[in-house]
Amino acid sequence: MTTALPDAAIGPVPVTPRRGVPAMLHDSWVVAKRNLRRMTRIPEIVVFGLMQPVMFVLLFSYVMGGAIAIPGATPSHEVYIEYLMAGIFAQTVTFAVAGASAGIAEDMTKGLVDRFRSLPMSRAAVLTGRTFADLVQTAITVVVLALVALLVGWRIHDGFLKALAAFGLLLLLGYAFSWIGALIGLSVRSPEAATSAGLIWLFPLTFISNAFVPVSSMPGWLQPIAYWNPFSATVQACRSLFGNQLGPAPDVWPMQHAVLVSIGWSLIITVLFSWLSVRKYRRAAG
Amino acid sequence: MAAAIEAENLVKTFGDVRALDGVSLDVPEGTVLGLLGPNGAGKTTAVRVLTTLLQPDSGRATVAGVDVLKHPNRVRSLIGLSGQYAAVDEYLTGRENLQMVGELYQMSARDAKKRALELLEWFNLSDAMDRTAKTYSGGMRRRLDLAAALVVRPPVMFLDEPTTGLDPRNRLALWEVIETLVEQGTTLLLTTQYLEEADRLAHDIAVVDHGKVIARGTADELKAQIGGERIEVVVHRPDLVPEAIAALTPFAKGDPAVEKNTRRITVPVSGGAKVLTDAIRELDARSIEIDDIGLRRPTLDDVFLSLTGHATEDENAADEGEHPAKKGRRGHGKDV
Repeated sequence: MTTALPDAAIGPVPVTPRRGVPAMLHDSWVVAKRNLRRMTRIPEIVVFGLMQPVMFVLLFSYVMGGAIAIPGATPSHEVYIEYLMAGIFAQTVTFAVAGASAGIAEDMTKGLVDRFRSLPMSRAAVLTGRTFADLVQTAITVVVLALVALLVGWRIHDGFLKALAAFGLLLLLGYAFSWIGALIGLSVRSPEAATSAGLIWLFPLTFISNAFVPVSSMPGWLQPIAYWNPFSATVQACRSLFGNQLGPAPDVWPMQHAVLVSIGWSLIITVLFSWLSVRKYRRAAG
Repeated sequence: MAAAIEAENLVKTFGDVRALDGVSLDVPEGTVLGLLGPNGAGKTTAVRVLTTLLQPDSGRATVAGVDVLKHPNRVRSLIGLSGQYAAVDEYLTGRENLQMVGELYQMSARDAKKRALELLEWFNLSDAMDRTAKTYSGGMRRRLDLAAALVVRPPVMFLDEPTTGLDPRNRLALWEVIETLVEQGTTLLLTTQYLEEADRLAHDIAVVDHGKVIARGTADELKAQIGGERIEVVVHRPDLVPEAIAALTPFAKGDPAVEKNTRRITVPVSGGAKVLTDAIRELDARSIEIDDIGLRRPTLDDVFLSLTGHATEDENAADEGEHPAKKGRRGHGKDV
């Protein structure tokens, strides 16, 4: 280090930071690249992220499939896998919460958030870059999961375009939920806590829904909650778009307008939680 | 000279802890201020406020003439920050880390790449540049972190305990880099618990304890504050002590101190080496047998002890920064 290169020691003069949306998109892309690179360096995260939903597909369809009654059909593995997949897809995309919360909590404790916050970069970019990278990971997971589901008997019945629309709704929901994860990651004190805090509330949310059993089988007081659950709307919408809906959709408003309700919920969650997260990031660490 | 860093009456409390209790600082352009104090004194909190990471409860600050509270983003383009926790992405390579920072400073991908290579060479990391930072030693990570703070040429730099936990070789290497930066005209605020570091690098030293600046001056001024030089003599036998005191009295500028069990006599003097020679001659003339004699100047350790009533390292854990269990607190500003 004694042989200091004059060039290296002098360095370029800093430029005035740019502002506005182009600068935000540029910085977000730089951060997203970083997070995507990390994914290739820690493939375990992607692999384990895949194993869980695949396991759920196999366990639910083969273990419980024969016992769960779906209106308009006799219980069987074949019938249940049709019913189940929309729910598994939706549950899988919402697990993006855990990735975002743990990743951001880790950046906080390792001092990287301080590094980013001391740079003349967009205040939103660390979070938008993170949630974008999570979206890519979610998309990969969904594709692999769809292939596994096709192997065990799940089918798309209403054409490719509608199926594509369903995947679009799923990714939108996943993106919305990764912003919830971002807020959790900024709020807890350790990556370990972030993982638990990211997942614990997802279980009631995904189970008090139409994902795994028909809502009509739940106690009456629980049914409105399950029908209005943001999660249920996406599940119902996907079920219809995939052509997996056996018989008519439940006769309640959010289920009859599931696509609209699903998009609405995802947008509300995205806007609300990105606003809260960016606000929290600005004040992060005190 | 204009002040490159100016802080007035900064106050920041965490719960009932006053991490900053009215800190005022000014660092003239092109100089180095050493912020010296034990763990928990408020050094890191001061740096976090000045680098826009933390909002003070009250007070004001400017960096390179720009108000930190009003125009934080302009300040960010004028500063470089390197901390005691090497803030690098361990899953990226050294080159990728620096390139990312360059791009976030709005450099083009090509310029960022070129700059990264320059810095990697300067910091002796070229051989390791395509390995992930996870595989780096502590010293290498710290170098990479400092390099990341130098991707652009910031006129003002903040180094928060840059050498805490480093071995002497790496410490010396970092000091040399820091000295080069200062030669180029960079203004530097450096926090440290190492008196030797402040003594070597800083033009000016502010001693911080319990969120307050308790003393300010050059290393020499601070040393002078607690008194000047002393002659220390260790006589060969306890019964020689009274005669030795008599021999040294003509040179003394104050009362001599005696430690009986070590046979050590300490006499405040002034006049440097000349006095020491005279004293040795006088002792020799009286045939007083001595085991040891020396002229002792106060160190910053003495300064610190006399100012705070405790030594620099007694709230210790110089390596606290490396302790994983403590890391969790950091992101939440409790680490003062």
